[in-house]
Amino acid sequence: MLSIDKLYKSFGGVSAISDVSMEFPEGSLSAVIGPNGAGKTTFFNLISGGLQPDSGEILLDGENMVGLSRNAIVHKGIGRAFQVAKLFKSLTVEESLRAALQSAFGHSAQMHGSFPLPATRDRAHEVMEQLGLQNKADTVSGNLSHGDQKLLDMALALVMQPKVLLLDEPVAGMGPDERSQMMDTVQQLWRKGGLTIVLIEHDMDIVFRVAQQIHVLSYGKLLAQGNAEEIRANPRVIEAYLGHAQENAGE
Amino acid sequence: MSGLKRWQKDSAWAALALLLLLALPLLDPSRVVVDFIIRLCAVGLLATSLNMLVGYGGMVSFGHAMFFGSGAYAFSLMLQKTAVSVPVALLTAVVFCGLLAAVIGAICVRLKGIYFSFLTLAFQMLLHSIIITWTGLTGGDQGLTGGIPRPVFIGIDLSKTQHVYMFSCVLAVVCLLVMRLLMQSPFGYTLRMLRDNEDRAAFLGINAWRVRLYAFILAGMFAGVGGVIMALFVSGAFPDFSYWTMSGEAVFMIMMGGIHVFTGPVLGAALLQIFNDTITRNTQYHGLALGLVILLFTLGFQRGITDVFKGWRKWLPAANKGGH
Repeated sequence: MLSIDKLYKSFGGVSAISDVSMEFPEGSLSAVIGPNGAGKTTFFNLISGGLQPDSGEILLDGENMVGLSRNAIVHKGIGRAFQVAKLFKSLTVEESLRAALQSAFGHSAQMHGSFPLPATRDRAHEVMEQLGLQNKADTVSGNLSHGDQKLLDMALALVMQPKVLLLDEPVAGMGPDERSQMMDTVQQLWRKGGLTIVLIEHDMDIVFRVAQQIHVLSYGKLLAQGNAEEIRANPRVIEAYLGHAQENAGE
Repeated sequence: MSGLKRWQKDSAWAALALLLLLALPLLDPSRVVVDFIIRLCAVGLLATSLNMLVGYGGMVSFGHAMFFGSGAYAFSLMLQKTAVSVPVALLTAVVFCGLLAAVIGAICVRLKGIYFSFLTLAFQMLLHSIIITWTGLTGGDQGLTGGIPRPVFIGIDLSKTQHVYMFSCVLAVVCLLVMRLLMQSPFGYTLRMLRDNEDRAAFLGINAWRVRLYAFILAGMFAGVGGVIMALFVSGAFPDFSYWTMSGEAVFMIMMGGIHVFTGPVLGAALLQIFNDTITRNTQYHGLALGLVILLFTLGFQRGITDVFKGWRKWLPAANKGGH
């Protein structure tokens, strides 16, 4: 279980995250939503070690992650995919995943033997199959389509066998078909069990469809949390977010 | 893929290259060829080790020649001031370069991009100043002259040019092979990850500082071996070995040869040496002529010769398949 306790972060005088507490039970699929600038990505950066909080605790199965470096947090079991895919452009899909696995196995700095290590093969292929990337195994990452880049980005996080997977706008920049395909993939991953998934998403339909638990951030504060129906009915959420979203529905 | 593993293929290529090099003086025993190859062994190691940082790690060091110079000075001084054998002097020089690279690297590899480049340049200038001013030990701007003693070891007598030639070839080929294997190892691919996307690598649990430092130390040690060969060739060590112009030449070599093919820097080193030699022989406007050649190369090939060939090779089969 990932639990966040009284998290604070400010930049200069501007408070980006203020008194945010949340719980993500093991095996849950939750969403963090909020208008632009609500602090969602900052929140992910804090959890994954990209930023250090001013105060508060981030507990993964009771162990505090605050103060650990990004690479240490990954080894503890918090993986992350990015809004804009961050890939190794010159490596192929399979090479990328197997290079990532070296890190999971603690062989990043191993100087003997040849890349890729045989031990990394099965897991890499398993993840490629899960995400439907097996036909792209030998494609250089930089040449992948946008959708496949997002998939590879998720695969990179997933291959490390995280306990918690943070997905920052998994369907950003995708067409409607790609979107539902991507969300099916995410749901399949989740249904296999064991994995705690937290996603940030702008597309409200998707959030209401897939998330068990929804947490709403606004101006860095936790505005509401609950299941889809509770959130839909919450007047403060409607005011802060849904009204805003519906105004922009034509985008 | 045939049954051979990649490291076996690489080793076979290295053995073949070594055989050819050792046979070369039999075909053409002229001093010009022998000298050319010995110098190429030295600068080829400098350029290839720099390319481990630049091409594979994305770390553009402007001060790499400081390890070349350090290797030359450490090796020459060991032989001049102590009674150790050549292999011990070689080993000491390489270890010294490694330690120096560990200290300098620990500071430099924290920085990225241009900041890394300039800090390496600054350390190089510092080292160069030390060499120039510590006259008692290094001979100052005169260089370390007076020749270096070369006690015979296991039948190898490095006062004979022929033996220096073979010794240099073996050292260079072995070092190149080891560098090649390192770049194909898990470590080599981690280095590529850091080059492509350091941020992502960190979010995959990779300690960028540690991996970069290892690369910096290794590159420094191999550059040191290059310096040792150079010291044997010129019978001493000179401050120019660790001056920024030497680092600059190493950068030109890898630019001319290409950074994405392992042997590119050696080819670049050979080309630069050929240009250097022919141009100095034919004109007094040496710098101007060489500058024009380098300019043509950078404008014409952009990515270096081997990269252009690699590009063709990729393009040709695609065209044959009748792809769009």
